[in-house]
Amino acid sequence: MRRIVVIGAGPAGLAAANAAALHGVEVVLIDAGAKLGGQYHRQDALAAGDRFELPRNVEHVANAAVWAIEPVDGGHRVHLRVGPADGPDRKGRAVEARALVLATGAYDRALPFPGWDLPGVFTAGAAQAMAKGQGVAVGDRVVVGGTGPFLLPVAASLIGAGARVVEVAEANAAVTGWLANPKGALAGWSKTGELMRYAGTLARHRVPYRSRTAVIEAHGSDCVESVTVARLDALWNPVPGSERRLEADAVAVGFGFTPQLELALAARCRVEDGFVAVDAVQGTSAPGVFAAGELTGIGGAELAASEGAVAGAAAAKFVGAAVEPPVRAMAKVRSGRRFAAALNAAYPVRSGWHDWLRDDTIVCRCEEVTKRALFRAVDERDVGAVRSLKLVSGAGLGLCQGRVCGRNVAELAGVDATGFAKRPIASPIRLAELAEEEPVESPIDAEESGRALGVEY
Amino acid sequence: MRVRFDGVEVEAHEGQTVAGVLLAKGIRSWRTTRGGDRPRGLFCGIGVCFDCLVNVNGVPDVRACQRVVAEGDDIRTQAGAELPS
Amino acid sequence: MSRIETADVVVIGAGIIGAACAEALSAEGMRVLVVDRGAPAGGTTAGGEGNVLLSDKAPGPELDLAVASRRLWPELIERLRAELGDEAARVEWEPKGGLVVATDQDAIGPLAILAEAQRAVGVEAVELTRGEARAMEPHLNERVVGAVHYPGDAQLQPVLAATAMLTAVRARGGEVRGGAEAHGLMFDRSGKVAGVHVGDETIACRAVVNACGPWSGHFSAAAGAPIEVLPRRGMVLVTAPLPHVVGRKVYAADYVAAVASSDVDLQVSAVVESTATGTVLIGSSRQRVGFDEALQVEVLRRLARSAVKLFPVLAGVPVMRTYGGFRPYTPDHLPVIGEDPRFPGLWHASGHEGAGIGLAPATGRLLADLMCGLPPGVDPTRFKVDRPAVMAEVRT
Repeated sequence: MRRIVVIGAGPAGLAAANAAALHGVEVVLIDAGAKLGGQYHRQDALAAGDRFELPRNVEHVANAAVWAIEPVDGGHRVHLRVGPADGPDRKGRAVEARALVLATGAYDRALPFPGWDLPGVFTAGAAQAMAKGQGVAVGDRVVVGGTGPFLLPVAASLIGAGARVVEVAEANAAVTGWLANPKGALAGWSKTGELMRYAGTLARHRVPYRSRTAVIEAHGSDCVESVTVARLDALWNPVPGSERRLEADAVAVGFGFTPQLELALAARCRVEDGFVAVDAVQGTSAPGVFAAGELTGIGGAELAASEGAVAGAAAAKFVGAAVEPPVRAMAKVRSGRRFAAALNAAYPVRSGWHDWLRDDTIVCRCEEVTKRALFRAVDERDVGAVRSLKLVSGAGLGLCQGRVCGRNVAELAGVDATGFAKRPIASPIRLAELAEEEPVESPIDAEESGRALGVEY
Repeated sequence: MRVRFDGVEVEAHEGQTVAGVLLAKGIRSWRTTRGGDRPRGLFCGIGVCFDCLVNVNGVPDVRACQRVVAEGDDIRTQAGAELPS
Repeated sequence: MSRIETADVVVIGAGIIGAACAEALSAEGMRVLVVDRGAPAGGTTAGGEGNVLLSDKAPGPELDLAVASRRLWPELIERLRAELGDEAARVEWEPKGGLVVATDQDAIGPLAILAEAQRAVGVEAVELTRGEARAMEPHLNERVVGAVHYPGDAQLQPVLAATAMLTAVRARGGEVRGGAEAHGLMFDRSGKVAGVHVGDETIACRAVVNACGPWSGHFSAAAGAPIEVLPRRGMVLVTAPLPHVVGRKVYAADYVAAVASSDVDLQVSAVVESTATGTVLIGSSRQRVGFDEALQVEVLRRLARSAVKLFPVLAGVPVMRTYGGFRPYTPDHLPVIGEDPRFPGLWHASGHEGAGIGLAPATGRLLADLMCGLPPGVDPTRFKVDRPAVMAEVRT
């Protein structure tokens, strides 16, 4: 049986599953959500049905946590638990395949600031997920902050869910300026119209949109009561005297995105500059493992879908299906990456945020490690790499395993962040679950796997 | 459907997550930290940060943003580190 | 900090053993440079549980070294604290004792015999009934048959311990250099070690200490004096932080047999303990797979099963992390501590397998005594380099 496993059912994973299925390959599509679409196409969880339809030869495994990927002869074994999230009674499965498509996406990067650990401070993605998926606004008066075009749909979703958006604070230059420049790097970008509509929504609701501004502190005893915003200089140092206090009960912040690398690292894919390195057909350095979407570089849903279509076709070819080169999708990937590069260059994170922190500001939320404790560990223990830095500072040792603090701590300590993403147990699993034997479905035929080769068009 | 939060009955709907139910009721925090005994609630909303941990039916360390409620769920504030009961 | 160009001693490897050797040598007034091809305390030391154990060793040279080390650890920590201050000397030292548990009737006999032999050489080992064991560890499986309590067993956090010792080395005028790979020796006309090639530099020195842990075999071969030290892989599971569940280091009696075994195949026996941050560590596995780092779910599964068998309450607890590493294994299960007879000036301190954290201070002390011509506190004979199990050249 020709069969592949696709992990992640966002834009990239859906496109990969569809492309592979089109070529007659059986697909097991695994996703943590109850419905298809991932973060970008997040569906209303309270509505009936699913707005996406899959071909018959795609098995959608919903509500599934992939907790390990194990290399086996000729391919990989994917271990998952299916059922109510974090519950003790999930069903164990182990699926083997010669080809995998990893489409695990990315999550918001949150920068620390005094008070960011108060209830009422959320990531922009949380505000978006709650509004679109659960129909709930995370607050009544919300300040949206961070950098990049994603802040616009978040603010619009909050308005749609009934919140008053007090202000949108963009730490870099205004998005609208970039979009409107007919000769700029984003001229002709397909998302321009959509973003302009969001900008229109904000204008209609008289939401102030300020560039070179950030939320540098949240105030309150047990939850957010107000925030301080300040103008930033070019390096993101707050401009003295520019601070303003805004009454708000919630803050939603996002400073770009961090890819979910742990499964790619478990499959031994090479990571370069924080993203999975891929070739022209989305093949990683690990034979039979393809990656698509935000895992390979932050580029948005459309690029992710193009990459997914290429990866799905390449994975199908890898397991022996007759596949024509997906030339159109490959061309879309190339142009999409140009816009992505321009966008990422326009919305960098500057080091001035280091100075937003005070000595007692928490940098690792799980283990409540303060900036003072981190710097002390760095200075006194002089360890120089993530593995030992975690053990001497405590940062990144909690349940999130450095997903939230990893990049920030690495930047503050001056070490490479990739080590934080090494999580052989990719999602917590209870000991009784781990102890249980799982039947291995569709073990790889050793004879067949002898043919496993790279894909070239 | 009905679920309970810290012993009080709360109305919930099919497809809602624990975080969705609680935030809709204006509840912002449902966990305290081990070290500083500080309140925490939803943060990343997509299952990444493990800040929104809650005790569901006697089982701690459940992400409120990921767990979809079921009829009769007994949801409780998680105080620091807890053992399953 | 100035960059050292010449040193009395260059220690290769900034793990717990290299750090302990460097600490002991610098305490004797030597100018020490520690180099590591990776980051300090980032290899085997970062993959250890921090065992300081007497309980798992039968009477013999390793237990002698362990007894000496157990006495030295608190003294060393006290010395570091006086020299560096509380925070820089913090190592999460916990003299909490160990409990070795017999889970079936067959295990009781051998366990009692071992305890008797250990008592004969002065190790405190108290036999307990099931009731007494469960009074000590209330979450212990009610079906345990009996146990032996070892008040002398202790635990510390290995990366903190290694980095604290390295801080002391720096404070005494030495240097610790990460990202620097040593790849060969330089000799004087009499054939004595006169320097070591590190990266593209040559550092003049009077002695070199090979403390490369599982990579000691590689370095010794590159230096032209191969010793037989092989990697043995071990994995540890880490639970989510928990309230107090396990007070001591608790392990099943079959652990002692696994420690002493030479099997290539996977061996798993439960070792369960809490850490200062509330997580519970679950070991231990031993496997000879070369330097293969690939995850094997079967190993994790067996660790989980063995832990739940000791502490049923852990069944519902999440595992959030697994880590592991390669431990330096010698075919006769004894460390190698001493000067290489082939090259005067080349010293080895390696081969401690899973016991390196516990044995570190006595190893550093013994090496420093031998190098400085002081009377050794522990008999060095059984650890010498020229023994058949270790001199790789005689094994071909």
